[in-house]
Amino acid sequence: MATDEILQLLVGNARLTSGEIAERTGRPEGEVKKAITKLEKDRVIRRYKTVVDWEKMGEEHVFGFIEVRVSPEREVGFDAVAERIMGFPEVHSLYLMSGTYDLLVVVEGKTMREVAYFVAERLAPLDHVISTATHFVLKRYKVDGDVMEERAESKRLPVTP
Amino acid sequence: MAETRSRIASRVGALPPSGIRRFFDLVEKMPEAVSLGIGEPDFVTPWRIRETAIYSLERGHTHYTPNQGTRELREKLASYLARKFGAAYDPDAELLITVGASEAIDVALRTILEPGDGVLVPQPCFVSYVPCVVLAGGCARPVSTVAEEGFRVQVEGLAQADDGNARALLMGYPNNPTGATLTRADVEGVVGYAAERDLLVVSDEIYAELTYDGSHVSVASVPGGKERTILIGGFSKAWAMTGWRLGFAAGPAEIIEAMTKLHSYTVMCPPTVAQEAAVEALEGCEGEVDEMRREYNQRRRVVVNRLNAMGLTCFEPRGAFYAFPSIASTGMGSEEFAERLLREEKVAVVPGAAFGDCGEGFVRCSYATSMSVLEEALGRIRAFVERVGE
Ligand SMILES: Cc1ncc(COP(=O)(O)O)c(C=O)c1O
Repeated sequence: MATDEILQLLVGNARLTSGEIAERTGRPEGEVKKAITKLEKDRVIRRYKTVVDWEKMGEEHVFGFIEVRVSPEREVGFDAVAERIMGFPEVHSLYLMSGTYDLLVVVEGKTMREVAYFVAERLAPLDHVISTATHFVLKRYKVDGDVMEERAESKRLPVTP
Repeated sequence: MAETRSRIASRVGALPPSGIRRFFDLVEKMPEAVSLGIGEPDFVTPWRIRETAIYSLERGHTHYTPNQGTRELREKLASYLARKFGAAYDPDAELLITVGASEAIDVALRTILEPGDGVLVPQPCFVSYVPCVVLAGGCARPVSTVAEEGFRVQVEGLAQADDGNARALLMGYPNNPTGATLTRADVEGVVGYAAERDLLVVSDEIYAELTYDGSHVSVASVPGGKERTILIGGFSKAWAMTGWRLGFAAGPAEIIEAMTKLHSYTVMCPPTVAQEAAVEALEGCEGEVDEMRREYNQRRRVVVNRLNAMGLTCFEPRGAFYAFPSIASTGMGSEEFAERLLREEKVAVVPGAAFGDCGEGFVRCSYATSMSVLEEALGRIRAFVERVGE
């Protein structure tokens, strides 16, 4: 239970110190430190990331969602194809899907052309890839649980009973 | 010439303005102030609930409901109370949906009090208890509670304040402003006293869901409690629904029937859209409520820890979202402390005296505010306390 709470706090803010976590959870700091070390060692905590709003840095980031149909290989199924796809740094995420296509490849690039190029030059020609369908992201509303647009908070009265 | 009569009825004119009001006026002129004076959640109502309300409006559910509240909400409420409060109520005869716990308190008192009836009111307490008693024709008999006892009402205190004509006991645990909760033994003691003196208990348990240590013990759940208790609750706190104005009263059929009569003449029924949304609150929001409780609990630990560290001794609040530190170490009265803190450090807290005489020497700090605001406010309070202590 306590580990759960530690993880949740770190997911919300990876920079919280053990001291801060200890204060919030009411556990001794040493215990929190030990728990975190163990979580890191067991690779429950894989790494600490920073969520960046690249647009504020004036950088364009284009995302394409590519539906890929694949003829699976004997013995290794989809995994071998997936393996070849995920090695490219342009590939942001890769999922095996149920439904009308097999792999969903999320490709990140600076321009649409760059993403389209990657699909045409790298993805489509791969062995076992039967077809691709590229969908470009026009607007990101919510990503990984974060609502992108910052809204003004609804105001509360400054003092209430 | 005949003296012109005041246009304000004397019983209203004589009511003192709330001790919070003055502070409100001061803080309002200071938009840059950081406020720990807010008695409502900082969270917005969970989306699931808001979305249900939108759907309700889309379907055109914009008419009156039965006075008592919709049957669906009363049914859901009955099963919720059985599950969480350990008290079984008949949704047809023993439940009334009200316009906030506020209305339930007012209507309960007006329903049970004859002019001059005494009402024992443990203090510090929510600011509207005493005015509601007075407006209902009763006489409030303050019962002091103290930090050393964790601000829990004790039978000896009740007996001391009881002058023999008490008709009822009006209390709220988990408590606003202290954050105190009662143990099962406390509740049994109180109910035992009420039974011995044949008192009705008006028990405002609106903060029940926000109990951090152990679980909430409802007055209606102990032997002999339910039959003499008007249990009051609402959606404002745990579901972050203050603006929706929805609460409830649960009690003996005879009393609920009489309260419903009064309520039907004054408000007709609570807002329809809020009632439909509240069904979702009771049915589908356990996860959201848990999440908010967890966050309040984290803030609670930080606030209590820091206040104690800076010498503002703070007993451990076990419920609601308030800390109630003693400011004795500063040598100031609570009004002076709050006013200087506001002027010098631009942090708003509420002087304890606003919640009853025995609240003097304390201030209420609400932690229904984001961690970053809390950290900022606590830093400023520490700077203030260090400066005045030199
Ligand atoms: C103890 C207590 N009772 C009742 C209320 C009023 O709640 P409602 O919004 O349901 O009228 C409050 C609100 O601050 C409170 O603190």
